[in-house]
Formats: sequence, structure tokens, C-alpha cells
Amino acid sequence: VCTHITTTAAIDGSGKGGASWFPVKEVSVGYDHATQGVNEHALLVDFVNYDIGLGARLALELDLDSGRALVAALQKVIATAEAAGLR
Amino acid sequence: MAADDATRRKDDMWNSYDTGSRVGVMAQTIGYPSEGADIHAYHATPLESGDLRPGIVLVHHQPGWDEFYREVAERLARHGYEVIAPDLYCRAGHATPDDVAAKVRGQGGVSDDQAIADLAAARTWLLDRSSSNGKVAIMGSCSGARQAVLTASRVPGFDAVVDLWGGAVVAAAGDLNDKRPVAPIDYTADLHSPLLGIFGNEDLSPSPEQVDIHEAELTRLGKEYEFYRYDGAGHGFIYYHTPRYRPEQAMDAWEKVWAFLERRLSSGSSEKRD
Repeated sequence: VCTHITTTAAIDGSGKGGASWFPVKEVSVGYDHATQGVNEHALLVDFVNYDIGLGARLALELDLDSGRALVAALQKVIATAEAAGLR
Repeated sequence: MAADDATRRKDDMWNSYDTGSRVGVMAQTIGYPSEGADIHAYHATPLESGDLRPGIVLVHHQPGWDEFYREVAERLARHGYEVIAPDLYCRAGHATPDDVAAKVRGQGGVSDDQAIADLAAARTWLLDRSSSNGKVAIMGSCSGARQAVLTASRVPGFDAVVDLWGGAVVAAAGDLNDKRPVAPIDYTADLHSPLLGIFGNEDLSPSPEQVDIHEAELTRLGKEYEFYRYDGAGHGFIYYHTPRYRPEQAMDAWEKVWAFLERRLSSGSSEKRD
């Protein structure tokens, strides 16, 4: 792991990998070598459930601007939903 | 490196074989023992010729024990080396290489002590082969290069080290943790193996400045090393399966690797062991 930049968080939700949904229990976020794309590094976001297996994984590789856009979009929707009392 | 240098290649080892020669490689997944575990490894070796041969412990990169590393193992074997490429992520389980690498990344990587133990055991496995000439190098790229430099510093007896753009050989105190408690550069005094370093000047990890720091420490301690740095190349410039591939720089770097391995590993025992 060349940058060693990584963190994880416990989450509760569902993800769709291939044709089927599965419960996700953890998200791992790193910034390290991309396996896809032209950039040397990428935000590596993995929604996983290792109780099911290593293949129970939804993976994203994003550049930093895309990561910020994703965070902003999540925060906007979360704030709107909470303001509407939809929690 | 000038383009003319890359295309001239009159002394190259690439395409230097006689077309009348017979060549064969055997490659397969094996298991070898390390600290009570059965560690998967990709083993590639020239077909039995009766000749003793040097070994190479090949250390995969952060993206995992992947297809690229199987092909590198086979390439080294075609050039006469017996190669063992351990799956350092073996203890995390098995799935596609990137799925396994994601789990290990989430765990913060493999601990240095674990990697060193598995790589030292791989060296022992090679030396126990009746075909061994008694010489073993360790070679890796990216995180694998860091682990190669670290292992050769902590485990006596490696005959050569090949560091292909190893990241975090130089590390700030804040980047160290329980799994990586000491930066490899801080073991430089204990490194007794000749070191070949290959780097791209557009790499961010290791940056040219970090390579400078590593080189200065090697020089200060009188270590035997040779570094080659390539303009127009970044991290992983020999990875032909990625957009980062730079063919001229990659082919020149391979020539440096072949020449270094030939010089450092070819003078082992000539007597076949039982």
C-alpha cells in the first residue's frame, strides 16, 4: 500500500453488485494507486460485507474533485431529508 | 534517456537468444510454509536442464497478487531464474485480486513483520531446491519494492535487491504505525545486498526528492547500489496493462534489471545438490 491513506466505517445499507442486492456493513475509503483509469492515484471507495465473502463488494475509483462532489451531494440530500423530517 | 538509446539496443538481452535453442518454463501455484500457514505462491522455473540456477523472490505490488505478477514471474523464468512470487495477501482470503487487495487495503495493509516472515520463508524454500545455485535475489514494485528493501535489510543473506519505484521507503514519522513502525531507509545500515533502483521522475510516491534522500543515505553508509531515473515516466511505467506504460523507458529498465541480475546471481555453486 504505497500511500497508506485509508480509513473504514461501519455502515448499514444495501448494495447491488451484478444482478443481485446484498447487505453492506462497512465502507473502506482510501487514496492509493488506481486499478482503472489514467490517474496514478484515486479515491478508492469499497462498500463491502465480508460476512458474505470478499466478492461482496461495490467498488468506486474517483478523482478528488469527484469525491468532493459526491460528499457535497450526499450532504445536500441528507440535510434536505432531515429538514423535511424524513429521518 | 534518449530515444536513440532505446532503439539502438545493440547489447540488449531482449531478443538475444538463438532461435535454434529449446526453451521451456513450468509455472504453477504452489503452497509453502511460513509461520504455520500454507502460503500460496506462483512458482515459475525453467524446465529441468540439469543446470543449477539462481532464485528470485518476487514481491507483488499493492494492487495484489495479480496477473501481471504471474507474467513477470514467467518472464524471469524464461531468462533462467527460478521464481517464487508469494501471495502476501493470502491470509485475507481468496477472491479476484482486486477484491482481496481491497480487503487488505481496508485493514491498513500487511504488517511489515508478517511480510518479512513470509518473504524470508520464500527465500528458504528456493534455497532448499536441489536446482538452487545458492544465490537468491528479492525483487518487487510499488509496496512490494518497499517490502523487498525492508526484507533484505532485516533478513541476512539475499544476494541482490531490485527496487522498482518502492513507495514509502522514505517516510515521515506521522506515516508510521503499528504495522509499519520503522521506515525502510532507517535500516539502511543493515542492508548488505547490492541494490538496483528504478524510478520514474514523474512519480509521486516515491517522489524524486524521496529517491534523493534514499540515495544520499546509501552513499553516506557506503552501500553498493545503482539507481536509474527516467524522464517522461511515472509510477509503474513497466505496467503494460495500464495507461502509465512507457515502452522506451520500460524496455531500458528491463535491460538494467537483466544486467544487474546476471552480475549478481550467476556465480553461485555449479554442483548439483541432492
